[in-house]
Amino acid sequence: MTISDLCTLVNGTVVCGANRMNESVEYAFASDLMSDVLTVKTNQFILITGLANTQSIRTVEMSDTPFLLLCRDKEVTEDMRELAEESNILIIKSPYSLFKCAGILYSAGLKPIY
Amino acid sequence: MLLEYKIEGGDFTQAGYASSQIKKTLKQLNVDPAVIKRVVIALYEAEVNIVAHAYRGVIYAQVEGSGIKLRLEDEGPGIPDIERAMTPGFSTASQQVREMGFGAGMGLPNISDNADSFKIESSVGKGTTLYIEIKFR
Repeated sequence: MTISDLCTLVNGTVVCGANRMNESVEYAFASDLMSDVLTVKTNQFILITGLANTQSIRTVEMSDTPFLLLCRDKEVTEDMRELAEESNILIIKSPYSLFKCAGILYSAGLKPIY
Repeated sequence: MLLEYKIEGGDFTQAGYASSQIKKTLKQLNVDPAVIKRVVIALYEAEVNIVAHAYRGVIYAQVEGSGIKLRLEDEGPGIPDIERAMTPGFSTASQQVREMGFGAGMGLPNISDNADSFKIESSVGKGTTLYIEIKFR
């Protein structure tokens, strides 16, 4: 699934990393628990989360993946945006809940890791 | 090459900076990306532990041709029962730490899972030192 299609499906807006909109992603992991995300061995997945802080950006960076989907239109602080831009991480904001985002994207063919 | 980073306890705005810098260094050295991921995941977990539990600490990263040796020394409360701390799900993390997305008792087991060698030394009331080694091949 292209990031551009994914963004449309969740009625999203791109916060930063728009240069990655034509890239594709095959897997997703949805969690607010960063400790759990850090156990994921797959690279190149999109993290779907409601946790909006600098550690969600750091977790994406350490996980070696460049994609983050923030649910419920959580505010992206300047610190978060700076960190994401430094590592060329794409952030999309969606007004939908984590449950709804995950459901829509799963139905559209995005694969679970486990 | 020896890299050194000072970590302040409780300062979550900076948590992950050292791990990020070491990730960049390993990338420049053309280390296998799969190995870099194991290093930075283990290191980031350990760095977050210092921020979450200790007063302050220092990360020493010795990068050699064959691998990386990490030593994380903190001044803090120490760990009274290391075996219990290693048990998946056991945590003494504060509510603030949990709100940051951590503190689920998964950090130390995950460090162990990613490391080729992992050792904890701790002295109650003084602090904790972690030794993590990961080979490049």
